[in-house]
Amino acid sequence: MAEKKKINLSRVPMLKQKAEVRKGNFYQVALGYTEEQAMEEAHRCLQCKKPLCKAGCPVGVDIPEFIKALQDTDMPEAVKILKRKNSLPGICGRVCPQETQCELKCVLAKKEAPIAIGRLERYVADWEQTHLESIEKQNKRVEAKGKKVAIVGSGPAGLTCAAVLIQRGFNVTILEALHTAGGVLIYGIPEFRLPKEIVQNEIDYVKSLGVEIQLDHVIGKIATVDELLENNYDAVFLAPGAGAPMFLNIPGENLSNVYSANEFLTRINLMKAYLFPEYDTPISIGRKVAVIGGGNVAMDASRCALRLGAEEVYIIYRRSKLEMPARAEERENAEEEGIIFKYLTNPTRFFGDEQGKVTTMECIEMKLGEPDDSGRRRPITKPGTEFSIDVDVVIIALGNKPNPIIPSSTKGLELTRRGTIKTDELTGRTSKDRVWCGGDMATGAATVISAMGAGKRAANDIDTFFQK
Amino acid sequence: MYQLVAKENLAPNFSILKIEAPEVARKVQPGQFAIIRTDEKGERIPLTITDWDINEGTVTVIFLDVGRTTHKLTQLQAGDSLINFVGPLGMPTEINNFGRVVCAGGCYGIGSILPEVRALKEKGNEVIAIIEARHKSLLYWQNRLEQFSDRVIVTTGDGSYGYKGWAPDQIKEMLEGGVKLDRVFAHGCTFMMMLCSEATKPFGVKTIVSLNPIMVDGTGMCGACRVSINGETKFACVDGPNFDGHEVDWDLLMHRQHSYLDEEKESL
Repeated sequence: MAEKKKINLSRVPMLKQKAEVRKGNFYQVALGYTEEQAMEEAHRCLQCKKPLCKAGCPVGVDIPEFIKALQDTDMPEAVKILKRKNSLPGICGRVCPQETQCELKCVLAKKEAPIAIGRLERYVADWEQTHLESIEKQNKRVEAKGKKVAIVGSGPAGLTCAAVLIQRGFNVTILEALHTAGGVLIYGIPEFRLPKEIVQNEIDYVKSLGVEIQLDHVIGKIATVDELLENNYDAVFLAPGAGAPMFLNIPGENLSNVYSANEFLTRINLMKAYLFPEYDTPISIGRKVAVIGGGNVAMDASRCALRLGAEEVYIIYRRSKLEMPARAEERENAEEEGIIFKYLTNPTRFFGDEQGKVTTMECIEMKLGEPDDSGRRRPITKPGTEFSIDVDVVIIALGNKPNPIIPSSTKGLELTRRGTIKTDELTGRTSKDRVWCGGDMATGAATVISAMGAGKRAANDIDTFFQK
Repeated sequence: MYQLVAKENLAPNFSILKIEAPEVARKVQPGQFAIIRTDEKGERIPLTITDWDINEGTVTVIFLDVGRTTHKLTQLQAGDSLINFVGPLGMPTEINNFGRVVCAGGCYGIGSILPEVRALKEKGNEVIAIIEARHKSLLYWQNRLEQFSDRVIVTTGDGSYGYKGWAPDQIKEMLEGGVKLDRVFAHGCTFMMMLCSEATKPFGVKTIVSLNPIMVDGTGMCGACRVSINGETKFACVDGPNFDGHEVDWDLLMHRQHSYLDEEKESL
């Protein structure tokens, strides 16, 4: 009788730059698997007959199949399988919250540790970048449909929708407001979590399929959605991102050196303000920085500030660690690097000097009450617990509300109560004929992968729509 | 890339650029602006659109050589290119038949107020343009403004040409002398727009100012351009740049405009 194969329950760890070193540079924190590590991890996969992991993926990546190819050391096949469902694997392998998606569903998660699907995805995607020529061109020629689609925004939703549609024979043009394609992947997520080169490779891939990207095009201004439909395009997919930062609405919030996280991260990631004066865009860092908020963006902003030389960086979050929306991995990275977490704390006002620059932040302690609409326990102020923190820079990372430019310039586009564009979740259809929507503009702030899922569903529906 | 079709020095430190941007030319309306970037290492700065020509497919901006980017712009010549030119951004100025209006311009605003002057005149207003400069050598476009307005009043701080004094003094004088004004528009440096607003406030004449805070994306995404209007925070890029001057928190605007003065000085 054959010996029963013993299941290895502990996942292969991934090397990271040491905290003391990485907090002084913008290089990637997590270094990725070596070939041996990837193979070892891949061989832990049980190749379930009914894989649950797949159901946990918003774009339905054929996870066991690509891991099987890895086990067989057939790398080109692994790439092909991954890209069948996900045109941006190098990005997803890095920034997807696998722990709440595919890896959560993995049967090994119940035993000890799930397969490190994200790390394997990253390994395969990175392999492709160094072995591009060994992969057969997948873009078999499809019959041109003779239909033109305009995609507004080149973030994850837009890029994914574009990649699907072009491979179905549509003529696709992406209209991007900024001077670089990539949306939040470029201006928002910092280099140490997602190298810009990886994003650029993925954008180049989408372009290589035949997608045209027009930069500097603010839709709603240079052309309205109605004009796009009247003049050039058969359909429009709106994926402009959320794009209007929320503030606390407390006194002193407009003092100089109080930034939205969007502005702070854009100055660094898109404008390269950390290279001032070689680059023209300046940024203030100062000695003491406070970041308000508890999401991934707050983690990114705090860790950028640290890397730019701030001595003390605080995360100020009004709930407790338990309710914090940031990925545990990112919070731990931030803790290791020395970010100081102040939980159950909320700012009440800011004070500045005679030049109007912020100098002090007054905060109040909070406690948790009954759960609110979000299911998390509602934070309540504890009167009389006010205290002050000296700060040179404050970064507000409270999320975004919908940008008004497209909703206010488009006729007949129904909005939700929150100001997002009313969108059918399954098809991406809006209330307006031939207009689809996806990503943060449809759902409010969410993840890269959920935006990609929306881009894909909209592409499928656009394809169906024009088959009639 | 966006080619410079023409470049001209209007006055010491003032230049005018004519840029090939046919799509922008077709859509722009008075009061809107563009975001420009000179090169790969450049920053994004907003400039009010001064003129446009749909047939030629060009858009014109005027600027004062005052910082890193405007200094780079000053070095450019016809035939050179800008790496980015994004527009038209912001909300257009409300143009109606108000009656008798004053359009006050100082600095780059002498040029950037032209679209309002022209549109207001076309709507049937009696348009009085008032322009100001420290010295007569810094004046330009008096003739062009005369072409589209009923009257142009010129003021110089040192009295070297026209009335001695500044545009807000002229507005005040008119109002105190009993001239009825139905609306005032002001373009120029922040201090000048503030003084224009102060001059009209006692008389209750609505005054629209074109604010010029620091911007990054110019599309409402970053909030760098936050201004306080009647106690409420607005984004100048998407809610403005034109606001009621009587409601603007001018101290806040000036402080925020100077956020990077130290860095700028260090780098020049």
